[in-house]
Amino acid sequence: MNTVIQIVFYGLSLSMLFFLLSSGFSLIFGLMGVLNFSHGSMFMWGCYFAYLAYVYTGNFWLMLIAGAVGIGVMGLLMEKFLIRPLKGNHTNQILLTFGLIYVLDELAKIAFGTRAYLVSAPEWLQGSITVGPENIPKYRIFMIIAGIVIFIVMTLLLQKTKLGLIIRAGIDKPRMVQAIGIDVQKVFLVTFALGCALAGLGGAIAVPFMGAYPSIGTEQIFNAVAVVVVGGMGSFLGSFYASLILGFAQYIVSYFFPELAMASTLIIMLVVILFKPNGLFGGKKSE
Amino acid sequence: MDNILEMNQVETYIGQYHILFGIDLKVRKGGATVLLGRNGGGKTTTLDTIIGLRKPSAGTIILDGEDVTKLPAYEMARKGVGYVPEDRDIFSDLTIEENLLITARKNGGNYQERLDMVLSLFPDMKKYFKKKARVLSGGQAQMLSISRALINDNKLILVDEPSKGLAPLIIAELMEKMNEIKQETTILLVEQNYEMATAVGDYFYFVEDGKTVFECTKEVLLQDESVKQKYLGV
Repeated sequence: MNTVIQIVFYGLSLSMLFFLLSSGFSLIFGLMGVLNFSHGSMFMWGCYFAYLAYVYTGNFWLMLIAGAVGIGVMGLLMEKFLIRPLKGNHTNQILLTFGLIYVLDELAKIAFGTRAYLVSAPEWLQGSITVGPENIPKYRIFMIIAGIVIFIVMTLLLQKTKLGLIIRAGIDKPRMVQAIGIDVQKVFLVTFALGCALAGLGGAIAVPFMGAYPSIGTEQIFNAVAVVVVGGMGSFLGSFYASLILGFAQYIVSYFFPELAMASTLIIMLVVILFKPNGLFGGKKSE
Repeated sequence: MDNILEMNQVETYIGQYHILFGIDLKVRKGGATVLLGRNGGGKTTTLDTIIGLRKPSAGTIILDGEDVTKLPAYEMARKGVGYVPEDRDIFSDLTIEENLLITARKNGGNYQERLDMVLSLFPDMKKYFKKKARVLSGGQAQMLSISRALINDNKLILVDEPSKGLAPLIIAELMEKMNEIKQETTILLVEQNYEMATAVGDYFYFVEDGKTVFECTKEVLLQDESVKQKYLGV
């Protein structure tokens, strides 16, 4: 019983972390065809922005906002000045985002060194809640709730707003979106910033749990790629379900065979690629 | 101004390939002008160039007296050019309603009035209004693609091979609808189906190897067998 409760809560919190990390990555790839390998570094800088905001304000909510807004603005600049000039050249975009991993990680080392910075969760999120015979840290439960809330907000944005309609149409037929009078470049800019803001928010939420240190982004980017491959390129719903599958799988395997945790992700990816190359929720892109 | 659209010596590349070598055409206001010609002649590229999905490397495009040669697609659409592409390109993850809503522009006329007109023209759209567009058959998808171009009060509609892949019965219905639509707006139609082209078109241009090589009225096309033989191989 203890094990089951622990697996449910810890697996869910890990899944939500994966979701926050990968949903923006998937959204950007789905709409723009840009594989932003520096997404993990955005997550890392989200940790640092949040850390700085917490040091200066001591306010937990401002810390979360700083992570999301800071990285959102960073994404905005990145799309306008780096990604856009390479429009249509996917190879160069991949090389660019790979290069940015090194630039962003080294900048973090210059600014903050290699040590990890920790932020304490606010008092009301410290300690644990007793669930049956098991004590579950309150911050883990907060991460689960945050992931679900963001999933609901993003789902409403994608399903119920005009921007959401445009993003969904753009993922399907980017050329046609322009031909109906929509400046697709502006949509790319907003979506790229939004995707990065989600990574920044993920980083901010992770700070009290994992700390801020330079290699946290590169450690996590593999998980983001895995979620997108399993869930389907550009599928927001797919990212959510794939995060659950991979988060639970990784936690369960690490519980019993810690050294095989990453292998579980690789095996799931391999099986999905073999039997459903477009991912569990990915359709065939027509363009 | 009698012409809604003029193309003067327009040239276009796709990547490194030179596709259009000099397109000259004039689309008169009202009715339907048709681009005819064999496959690979450059008809679709001509439409893509007009709507702004491909940038011309030379020549000029004049829309209703205004030089629009360098305008991107979204600005051409905002200027009142609707586009029905060869592969329909409906947004399959969106419902029929959402496909129309996303296309409706603020300057495209009263949405409700336009919607009523579209639904009376294509009643099937009403039946599937709340359904995802991916459930539509080929013919219905074509109706939706045309509906999308009609949901705004466009001054010109570019229609690329609407009969492609459709059953003869559906094509017959489509011909009827296209003749109704051309009473409302101007159509520039690319069509391989000779029967449909002559049923809908009023004026014809023949495109060969990226150039307009001949133009004629419907009467000339129907009566002069040598034109058909020379340019269409019929």
